[in-house]
Amino acid sequence: MNIHEYQAKEILNTYGIPVPRNRVALTADQVERAAKMMGGHCVVKAQIYAGGRGKAGGVKVVHHPEQAADLAKELFGKRLVTPQTGPEGLKVRRILVEEAVEIAREFYLSITLDRESSRYCLIASAEGGVEIEEVAKKSPEKIHVLPIDPFTGLRTYQARKIALALGLSGGVCEDCVELVLNLYKCCLEKDCSLVEINPLVVTRAGWLLAMDAKFSFDDNAVYRHREYPDMVDYSQLDPLEITAGKYDLAYIKLVGNIGCMVNGAGLAMATLDVLKEFGGEPANFLDVGGGATREKVAEAFKIILQDCDVQAVFVNIFGGIMRCDVIAQGIIEAASEVHCALPIVVRMDGSNVEDGKKLLLESGLNIQIGDNLGDGAQKIVAMLAKA
Amino acid sequence: MSILINKDSKILVQGITGKSGLFHTQQCRAYGSQIVAGVTPGKGGVHIEGIPVFNTVAEAVHYTGATVSMIFVPPPGAADAILESCEAGLELAVCITEGIPVRDMVLARAIQERSKTLLVGPNCPGVITPGQCKLGIMPGYIHTPGTVGVVSRSGTLTYEAVKQLTDMGLGQSTCVGIGGDPIIGMKYIDVLKQFNEDPGTEAVFMIGEIGGGAEEEAALWIKENMKKPVAAFIAGVTAPTGKRMGHAGAIITGGKGKAEDKIRTLQECGVVVSTSPTQMGDAMAQALKK
Repeated sequence: MNIHEYQAKEILNTYGIPVPRNRVALTADQVERAAKMMGGHCVVKAQIYAGGRGKAGGVKVVHHPEQAADLAKELFGKRLVTPQTGPEGLKVRRILVEEAVEIAREFYLSITLDRESSRYCLIASAEGGVEIEEVAKKSPEKIHVLPIDPFTGLRTYQARKIALALGLSGGVCEDCVELVLNLYKCCLEKDCSLVEINPLVVTRAGWLLAMDAKFSFDDNAVYRHREYPDMVDYSQLDPLEITAGKYDLAYIKLVGNIGCMVNGAGLAMATLDVLKEFGGEPANFLDVGGGATREKVAEAFKIILQDCDVQAVFVNIFGGIMRCDVIAQGIIEAASEVHCALPIVVRMDGSNVEDGKKLLLESGLNIQIGDNLGDGAQKIVAMLAKA
Repeated sequence: MSILINKDSKILVQGITGKSGLFHTQQCRAYGSQIVAGVTPGKGGVHIEGIPVFNTVAEAVHYTGATVSMIFVPPPGAADAILESCEAGLELAVCITEGIPVRDMVLARAIQERSKTLLVGPNCPGVITPGQCKLGIMPGYIHTPGTVGVVSRSGTLTYEAVKQLTDMGLGQSTCVGIGGDPIIGMKYIDVLKQFNEDPGTEAVFMIGEIGGGAEEEAALWIKENMKKPVAAFIAGVTAPTGKRMGHAGAIITGGKGKAEDKIRTLQECGVVVSTSPTQMGDAMAQALKK
């Protein structure tokens, strides 16, 4: 689960990590007033769930409140397209107005999970303000990585090592030690899979400030943070992905026209791969969960058909323990309810598979049966070509 | 022969009185697995389907001699359940539970690593030694006894692979689902090591997916150490970057963890890689001929 920059900064602030003075605004009028408060010279930052905003025109320095208002009018409602948003972009609904800061040095600082060591890792670099992946490619020696022992936690001397490695000294070095320790505390208490400050800056006046921040919460831990669901900005998510989330289905909209319903993430990915192999273009990724139930299958089917790009549906269920006749009933119910006339291919494996196939073929729907994964993919591509 | 479990394995089920815990206990027992005990705190003393239920793992071990645990405890208590099985000195804990918070697993994994207990999962289908013992939620009937070891971090995709192997007459020694979470117990290499030493395993099929670098690590280990032929499949060749595909583990970020890179590394290390999910069985047959 992701949140906006302004929310991330609010959380950092509660952990004693300094951020620039700022105001979040929902209208151009509010932006203008906030800019006036900052003294006119300030930074206007569009809030979307993606990085790369600067180059897309979503972050700009302005010098007068009127200029801030004009920029805000242009940004509000606009779909900002960055390398991370996809071609359709994300709509700007909130703008952060922030005091302009005179920057002396920029750093990168984050804590994330390292699968290899099964630990949280502190990552720091003196090359801040740019994409860390670029730094990793060009000059990996400039990145400092510190795995954190879960028993001891992050120790002060370790945080100091990092601060020194960034080239800090004196008072600001000790400020950085405290900041790093607080960031680790925040990461754990808030159940983050990523906390990133990029850039962390030292101002001309010698203060540390988190200029931009990104948080990702561990979805598995949302249940123990009652405030998280209210923090989600649904305008930043695909409406079908929101509906799918309600039914605990993993759905991702893609660009093609073959709707896909599969149980299990790995098999779902393999199904997309095989469709492409036979010349098809999947419209979505949809995982109904390893143990698909009749209800979930029915809901998933309806979600797929709400996407107007879908012209055919491929169902691939390796039921295993789940009975295929029950799955088949779920498909038939959902397809009949929404009067689906689109071509459907169902590939099922599991117990009672023959009963399931019989139900599907006798349902009166435009259904063919795939004997195996490859056969199913070929059939749906062929049916679509004829339709 | 096999790895991890066989017909003599004595199993206890943590979370046996829950809906899925009970259902899969019945399924495993029907397959022939020896389920000797259940553990549900507060329900000690009752019998469920004739299986004695205890309050703690230590008690269950003491009275029944169980050495292996299958965990169905819901996410908030699952990390605790893993630690309890480690403290009781079990040989193996297989955690089926999906959705355990990462922070809990980081600590549980650190403690488990220092214990004698091996951990498979969490968020995995489990382990099966065909014809002998099923410890998990996989459908038993697609498996057949044989000499191919299977290791995978996917669930239903493993069933697909196993079915293709079975259909081609390639039976399995043991199939291990290591799970799709970012923090897991046994990794590919840990399982490959055991297959390498197991006289009952002649070849290995490995199933991977996008995200992380575990497959690459495994590939390099195979090149240096593996005495037996290995074939593999990697799911997600066509996955768009930055999109999360179901598993917390399966995310491509910053150019890391792409399927093509994994496939290339595996091939460079002598592994036969199936380019299509429809050809997994064929890839294994090809590797066996080499």
